[in-house]
Amino acid sequence: MKKLTGVAALAGMLLAGTAQADMTVGFSGVLSGPQAVLGQDQHDGFMLAVEMLGGKFGNQKVNVVSEDDQLKPDVGAQIMQKFLERDKVDAIVGLGFSNVLMAELRRIKEAGIPALATNAGPAPVAGKLCTPNLFGVAWQNDAMSEAMGQYVQDLGRKTAYLLAPSYQAGKDKLAGFKRYYKGQVVKEVYTPLGQLDYSAEISDLQATKPEALFVFYPGGLGVNFTRQLSQSGEIGRIPYFSEAAIDNNTLSALKTQADGSIFGATWSHVLDFPQNRKFVEAYRKKYGRLPSEYAANAFDAAYLLDAAVRKINGNVSDRAAFVAAVKSVASEFPSVRGKFAFNSNNMPIQNVYAFGVVKDGDGFAVKKLATVFTDHQDAYVSQCKM
Amino acid sequence: MSSLFLSQLLNGIQLGVLLFLLSSGLTLIFGIMNFINLAHGSLYMIGAFIGAASYNASGSFLFSAVAAIASAALVGGLIEHLVARPLYRYDHLYQVLATFGLMMFFNELARVIWGNRPYFVEIPESIRGAVMLFGASYPVYRLLIIVVGILIALGAWFLIQKTRFGMLIRAGATHAPMVSVLGTNIDLLKRALFMLGAGLSGLAGALAGPILSVQSGMGDSVLILALVVIVVGGIGSIKGALVAAMVIATIDTLGRAYLPHVLGLVLAPSTANTVGTALASMLIYLLMAFVLAFRPQGIISPARR
Repeated sequence: MKKLTGVAALAGMLLAGTAQADMTVGFSGVLSGPQAVLGQDQHDGFMLAVEMLGGKFGNQKVNVVSEDDQLKPDVGAQIMQKFLERDKVDAIVGLGFSNVLMAELRRIKEAGIPALATNAGPAPVAGKLCTPNLFGVAWQNDAMSEAMGQYVQDLGRKTAYLLAPSYQAGKDKLAGFKRYYKGQVVKEVYTPLGQLDYSAEISDLQATKPEALFVFYPGGLGVNFTRQLSQSGEIGRIPYFSEAAIDNNTLSALKTQADGSIFGATWSHVLDFPQNRKFVEAYRKKYGRLPSEYAANAFDAAYLLDAAVRKINGNVSDRAAFVAAVKSVASEFPSVRGKFAFNSNNMPIQNVYAFGVVKDGDGFAVKKLATVFTDHQDAYVSQCKM
Repeated sequence: MSSLFLSQLLNGIQLGVLLFLLSSGLTLIFGIMNFINLAHGSLYMIGAFIGAASYNASGSFLFSAVAAIASAALVGGLIEHLVARPLYRYDHLYQVLATFGLMMFFNELARVIWGNRPYFVEIPESIRGAVMLFGASYPVYRLLIIVVGILIALGAWFLIQKTRFGMLIRAGATHAPMVSVLGTNIDLLKRALFMLGAGLSGLAGALAGPILSVQSGMGDSVLILALVVIVVGGIGSIKGALVAAMVIATIDTLGRAYLPHVLGLVLAPSTANTVGTALASMLIYLLMAFVLAFRPQGIISPARR
């Protein structure tokens, strides 16, 4: 019911916005299907920030147009066209998964308006295909697995066993891990993307007895894998490091089953920054759940746009100045991640942390274990000529 | 090595049991009533959600299993009455369209009711934990799945082969008008069968809940596997579904576990790993292609063909 009134309020806000909007922002992300949770979080995070800013960026009333890319690259490209030609948006936020973003890239570049990716940061966009008006507000995709590689290295683990789904991102993530981990990789296993049961891999793992296990299993795959690993009694016996498998969404399904697991991330609700406390509290109050990093990224995107619009005194029609403002205010706006800045390739320079899930009474709690990287830069920045 | 092999074999059997539970209902409905039910995966999802929700509410695993079976059977009965019955006479294409629509409907319904985050469910305290088996720890819950699967297989065999209901089903499959003429309510029989298949699917969902992610759309990927099983096993044959589920699961599990090693004997390690992984995930489809080419009626085909 609470959700419904939220939607109604949102609709009311949108309608009111249409009547007297001074600037229009297009939000595109996956809002249906199994991955909808990520898109919904970004949407919720962004809308919350707009609301907290009083429905305005700078002195401009904001009208948000939202579209569902269905996780399909062709649909994403069509949405960009609609945003630019019909809605005449002044900025775009969201941009979906890496494959969708890649398909949207050409139109974004031609449009020349600020485009803020709050989910994807694929290697080509960070390197050779870097685009002046496209900003990675979330992360370069490799950052979290690089941090886990470094962390496992720092802990002095001599052998590591790696697991990921067999698709491009899986391979990129394991490559990111190996970029910083110098010990011996005893095995690198890629499982089919739709695989449900990991008992074969877990048995093999038990027989191999590595000093560290690192996996990249996003969303539901992460729930499946972590649950099965926990049931075999191996979490705790084999140190379990992950990326994307554990976040506040999957934790709501895993709860104590994830006790003892360690994950790499650029943000968590436990980070103690003023803006983050404000964000987590408001988000919980409005949506009745803990925010995820996807919500945090989109929340940051809104505050970043707000700061940029202030800087140019609301003159968003000057696209080049707007883009330049977004870039220059990145290190000034209040971020839920504390310190934030854009690198020369428009990818974030930010801290990456190792977090642990610990038992807390009947439930669980997330604890910061280490700041693995301070002001981390991605590996592709030197390939970007901009 | 040999102890690892044995536990991998056990993994295969456990996956096989889950596949069997899923596909036995599908093969009954498809084979005997000649009705393609793509919403079968949704019944599995309903079982998983109802099982999880009722376990979280009541704390009784047995109750949650019964609730899952009952609700899936009930929804199955509704589907039969509202959607399947008017379409029995029509082409498979109509059935595919209608049940595909149902599948999307149920996925969205699950999202509306339970949201799009994965749903929390846990194994009951009493059957949590792992036992040492073949020198490796093996989850007790997975052993339970194997036991339940065997019981269901025996039960289904008994029902189909040894009871009057089973006899009518077998007769109805081959000579429906004749059975009807002899004074049996064939419509009622069909509904009962449909509900039985749905209930089995719901049970599979309830059992899979604690080891898999319970979320909207979880039935879709599983449906593909179930279709492979019934094609390989022979459409309409419970025994075929059992054999095919075991064969497919064992091949899949052992392939994933050992193919990269085996190829490593002849290829460079990195190539062997890539090729092995790719090949392992194709194995079951290769098997299906092989069966379709040389024995299109399936490994075990019902007597009528």
